[in-house]
Amino acid sequence: MIITLMLLPLAAGILSFLIRDDNTRRTLLLWTARGHFLLTAVIIYTTLALGFVFIGEPPAVVWFDYDALGLLFIGITSLLFLGASHYAVTYLALEKRDPGEDADDGSIFNNAPEAVFTGCLLLFLAAMTAVTASRHMGLLWASVEATTLLSAPLIYFHRHKRSLEATWKYLLICSVGIALALMGNLFLGAAGLKTGSGLDLGSLLAHAAILDKPLLKAAFLFLFVGYGTKMGLSPFHTWLPDAHSEAPAVVSALLSGALLNCAFLGILRVNAVCAAAGLADFTGGILILFGMFSLITAALFILGQRDYKRLLAYSSIEHMGILALGVGLGGGAVFAALLGALSHSLTKAGLFFTSGVVLACEKTKRITDVRGLWRRAPRTAVLWLGGFFLITGMPPSGIFLAKFLILKEAMAQKHYWLAGVFLFFLAMLFAGMAKVFISMTFGEREAKPGEKPFAEPAGMLVPAAIFFACVIFLGLFMPAWLSGLIQNATGNI
Amino acid sequence: MHTFAELIIVFIILLDLALAVTGGLSSCIKLVALQGVVAGLLPLLAGSGAPHPRAVVFALVIITLKGVVFPSLLARARDRSGARKDVEPLISYPASIMLCLGAFIASSWMGSRLPLPETNIAWIVPASLATIFTGFLLITTRSKAITQVLGYLVIENGIYIFGLALFVEQPMMVELAILLDVFVAVFVMGIAIFHISREFDHIDTAELSELNDWRRGEYGK
Repeated sequence: MIITLMLLPLAAGILSFLIRDDNTRRTLLLWTARGHFLLTAVIIYTTLALGFVFIGEPPAVVWFDYDALGLLFIGITSLLFLGASHYAVTYLALEKRDPGEDADDGSIFNNAPEAVFTGCLLLFLAAMTAVTASRHMGLLWASVEATTLLSAPLIYFHRHKRSLEATWKYLLICSVGIALALMGNLFLGAAGLKTGSGLDLGSLLAHAAILDKPLLKAAFLFLFVGYGTKMGLSPFHTWLPDAHSEAPAVVSALLSGALLNCAFLGILRVNAVCAAAGLADFTGGILILFGMFSLITAALFILGQRDYKRLLAYSSIEHMGILALGVGLGGGAVFAALLGALSHSLTKAGLFFTSGVVLACEKTKRITDVRGLWRRAPRTAVLWLGGFFLITGMPPSGIFLAKFLILKEAMAQKHYWLAGVFLFFLAMLFAGMAKVFISMTFGEREAKPGEKPFAEPAGMLVPAAIFFACVIFLGLFMPAWLSGLIQNATGNI
Repeated sequence: MHTFAELIIVFIILLDLALAVTGGLSSCIKLVALQGVVAGLLPLLAGSGAPHPRAVVFALVIITLKGVVFPSLLARARDRSGARKDVEPLISYPASIMLCLGAFIASSWMGSRLPLPETNIAWIVPASLATIFTGFLLITTRSKAITQVLGYLVIENGIYIFGLALFVEQPMMVELAILLDVFVAVFVMGIAIFHISREFDHIDTAELSELNDWRRGEYGK
């Protein structure tokens, strides 16, 4: 079943390179996403019904298997991809009709062939599926690197200088970062040399107590820097704002909502091994340090931001920081971090979807050039403002719950300074983002001469609206199966 | 056998130093290829007795990739981009070699401090660390996109040697997956270089600086 889950997008991806007709290819994308989601749902359902039989003791050596943590992350990825595929179909149709206008300097550019775009999108899903299912650190590494290589062509969909620059930075910084993670894998293997466990996750966890501690620490550091680069933790985040702002909105949504989580999963896996070996204090300290640093960096860069897609990218860095902080604190904050990962993915994907509509409407990414959105595109404006309230953690939303629980845990552990700084920068982020979102939504709008009325594409707004509704729902009422899944997943960290 | 392996280690260190001072782009590509081939030979000489057939096949795959496929991909990218023949370093060659030597001294110190399992090839850990440092040096102090890819490959060589030093046995499937990734990485980067040269009329990465947080909004005016 798990193999089918990986092969389905792989086969569809290869097939879509061969299909000539645009409509057939789009249908293929749509149905692959639906099939993938359905399969994921079946796997989650059967695993929940069986009651996580393999947690703690996976059957011998397996390459791919799902524990609760992997299930949670594949659930997020698959749901996000389902929304993204519906969005992409409308988006690609729009791009076909009206391509080649540079939003910033008015120059003409081409788009990459649609077959390449759709194909890479599907292969990207296959690679992410492999990341979430890997039970071997070497395979996990290879899959994470594959996600980098397969998503690079997606960023370069609009063929102009800036997207090319973003693609190059993304490729190089992430590849070198991931190369450091490979170094970490070697240290991890050396730490377990006596036990003969290689890089098999189950075996490493089982023998955690007799792993070589100094080597394990070195392994954690290298893997943290490597996957942290991919996850966008500051100060290794430099590729992230460029890539997110230059990629098409649907790709930004997938990068932010699904890919960053996959990199985070890499850190969580090695963190679990370290925790089992009694190094939880060491790894926790590092996670808290870089988590707070990311939060602070994001807050400072959001204040002076002029580009609304870059703003969203920095907000992703902020949330990755919060996730790291939650896992670093441990206890109840781990649950909060995983809930935060889920809610952030949905909210940020929705916001990026909406930002794509704003871009299509206003033809600019500059914040100061977008005013009075609610007059020209009222439904988009509602989602834009709603998404802002959700992402900054206004109740009721899953993000509010996550931030609140992390704060509570920090207070319970008597980290009063940490809690204070955390609150201060959250407030700063709220103020910085409020200024931007409110001025874009309201504000006085000067009608440009010869401006046609903008028809809001429903296919691009509905996925965002559904995602936002899910996040609000999570804040009000959490279904028992979901809280059970997250609770079980905290046991895997 | 071991003395021969140790000779190879010395050779790899010398190649690092040569990379730091080589000015020609084509010689750089050749040096990196040579380093890859030599590193690929290393596992065949490290063990005692005849090497395992699996190891021989794997070494052949590595040598073909690093010695033939990568250099030809990069040479093609260089020809198509019509780049200048030198690597255009941002710092002088004496400074490069001083940094490289400094890195080697630091690596020998670190190699003796790291709590690693005993190896039977002298200097293998310092050599691998020095190679990784050299790769970073190439990425950060050379301005061309191709030299950054070369730096990435040198880092990869360094990590490969480091893996040999630690005796970490990875299953064949994982090793092949890693190699496939590196291959696709070089391939994709080659395509990206081609696009960069077409868009910008050169492959100088110093010009890739339009995206940042402070100067936004100015372009196009």
